Amino acid sequence: MIKNGLIFLVLVGFTVILSGLLINFHGSEQLNPLAGHYVQNGASEVGAANLVTAVVVTYRGFDTLGEVTILFITAAIVGFFLKARKEDENRERSLRKTSEILSTASTLLVPTIFMLGVYIFMNGHLTPGGGFQGGAVIATGMVMIIMSRPEVKFDHGIIAWIESTSGVGYVIIGVLGIFLAAGFLDNHVLPIGKFGTILSAGVIPLIYVLIGLKVGSELTNIIGSLKETQNEL
Amino acid sequence: MMNMILALSFELIILVLAIIAIHNKSLKIAIIATGVIGLFASVLYLLLAAPDVAMTEASIGSGLTTIIFFYVLNKIRKTND
Repeated sequence: MIKNGLIFLVLVGFTVILSGLLINFHGSEQLNPLAGHYVQNGASEVGAANLVTAVVVTYRGFDTLGEVTILFITAAIVGFFLKARKEDENRERSLRKTSEILSTASTLLVPTIFMLGVYIFMNGHLTPGGGFQGGAVIATGMVMIIMSRPEVKFDHGIIAWIESTSGVGYVIIGVLGIFLAAGFLDNHVLPIGKFGTILSAGVIPLIYVLIGLKVGSELTNIIGSLKETQNEL
Repeated sequence: MMNMILALSFELIILVLAIIAIHNKSLKIAIIATGVIGLFASVLYLLLAAPDVAMTEASIGSGLTTIIFFYVLNKIRKTND
């Protein structure tokens, strides 16, 4: 009874504190100066049709590098703690047979999902989406493979190789920007090209392909490690 | 106006699913409710003109987290037996 009363009091307190925000809220009529600069000069400076990509990869490229690093550390920690023991790897499990519908549908859907993921990160500078989204879509395709064929084993060596190569490639492109263009992660390393075509916006397509491969392999690695620990006990 | 009504109804559905996820005794149902929240949230983001966020939410929020939760649930159940 006292506990419920206290929870009620906390809720009332929050309502009082947050109601001030709600009452004083005015939607902004125009873009603030920074956003206005992006909207006006984004197309001519960066050359990406998708303005979100222009901000994420070029104007705020350093933040994206940080996000990729965070995801890398997460994948490394998960891989470290969920390392499958040798005896678990060889243990035979009695698995329930997957349903006919799932296994048939997955043979049709998995290539399509992979193609959608590759499309999303290759067209990141033209249409909504980008490296993170495309990589996550590819990882969901891998989940579908795991669900339809539980006996399949991942080669962690290849996944780690793709992951580290694309990560190093991303940083190398960023460093090239210091020497060939205006600064770290500037996209003018390659020519800007014709606005709205797939080979435009400098190195943005290249960076997004690398990020897509990196995120896809990292998320696949996390799921694969989790799957392998299911063999324990 | 139509979008507004649609968005509000999605928000209501999300609230109901969140309450289900907290108060349901079965953890399986709670996990599935969480996944469906992600699905509706992604449509909501699309209505709010943020397709980039919607894609991330659809694949991570309702795809990958659900499967990770199920793996962990399976593991906990085995340990408790």
